[in-house]
Amino acid sequence: MEKERHLLVVFPHPDDEAFGVSGTIATHVQNGTPVTYACLTLGEMGRNMGNPPFTNRENLPKIRKEELKAAASAIGIQDLRMLGYRDKTVEFEDDEKLANAMLSLINEVNPSLVITFYPGYSVHPDHDATGAAVVRAIEKIPAAQRPKLHCVAFSNNCVEELGEADIVHNITAVADKKLAAIQAHRSQTEQMFGDVTEKLKNQDPQMMVWINNERFWTYKFE
Amino acid sequence: MEPIKNHLQVQEAINRYANQDVYIHLETTNGAYASHHDQTFFSAGAYIRNALVRYEHGKITGTDPYRVGLKINLGWIYAEGLTHFEIDEEDRLLLAGHDNKGKLAVALEISTTPFE
Repeated sequence: MEKERHLLVVFPHPDDEAFGVSGTIATHVQNGTPVTYACLTLGEMGRNMGNPPFTNRENLPKIRKEELKAAASAIGIQDLRMLGYRDKTVEFEDDEKLANAMLSLINEVNPSLVITFYPGYSVHPDHDATGAAVVRAIEKIPAAQRPKLHCVAFSNNCVEELGEADIVHNITAVADKKLAAIQAHRSQTEQMFGDVTEKLKNQDPQMMVWINNERFWTYKFE
Repeated sequence: MEPIKNHLQVQEAINRYANQDVYIHLETTNGAYASHHDQTFFSAGAYIRNALVRYEHGKITGTDPYRVGLKINLGWIYAEGLTHFEIDEEDRLLLAGHDNKGKLAVALEISTTPFE
């Protein structure tokens, strides 16, 4: 993995960083690269309340905020920004304002690499809108000065339309940190991957391939 | 939250907020991934937070899951599929419908102060 000056990660929800990117982040941290993680919302619209419920609509964001902090600390992120947008409303924000907010973040942090979602290929409207805002922000920067942009994509048509990911990081060396990050998002991961813990314990081969390899598509600006 | 077992408890709470300005949170959702996991699934939902209304009366009906309707000055608010309720520490009435996996599918909340 190339050594970066500064890595900026931009995702809309607590736990977006955990599955696809936390190993890459942890590796950069280990390499001594400063990492800033900007998380737009607190996942206020999460649906897992538990059966019996362990929380409610109004308390969930408080839980997820603490989980986000714990996950960030598990992978060594020192600069965690919570931007205060609201879950499932990112796509309805003013496009220009949102892009400018991303641009001022990029200008401040001055990253050599930015990681976000691939707009149009990331399933959740907040994912696509966040990726699109980051792309618009970077497009405002003269081409020669732009940071690299690596995108996460997982829509059903992403490989068909984008081709295979051009970057695959094997993160086995920091898998323990990644698992700690995933587990930190307890309110989400316990239900979503009910049997994940069991499979991890048994080193389920399919699960290990999925956990240990993180894929990115380099965004190509026109 | 606890399962709605005694709907009179909820009815009493609904009555307490009647005839005064209240803030409403109402949402229905299938989750943002429903159509990703099942491409034949038609996902729909609606959301309103901090609608300021006044209802002259409200009613809980049905047998688990329940329905709640509020008759407001010029119209109606209702939610169906409600399974759980709570009067929280801020004295707000939180009603929600959870599926059998504990996933929220509908929420109707009433408060005398704006939701955060």
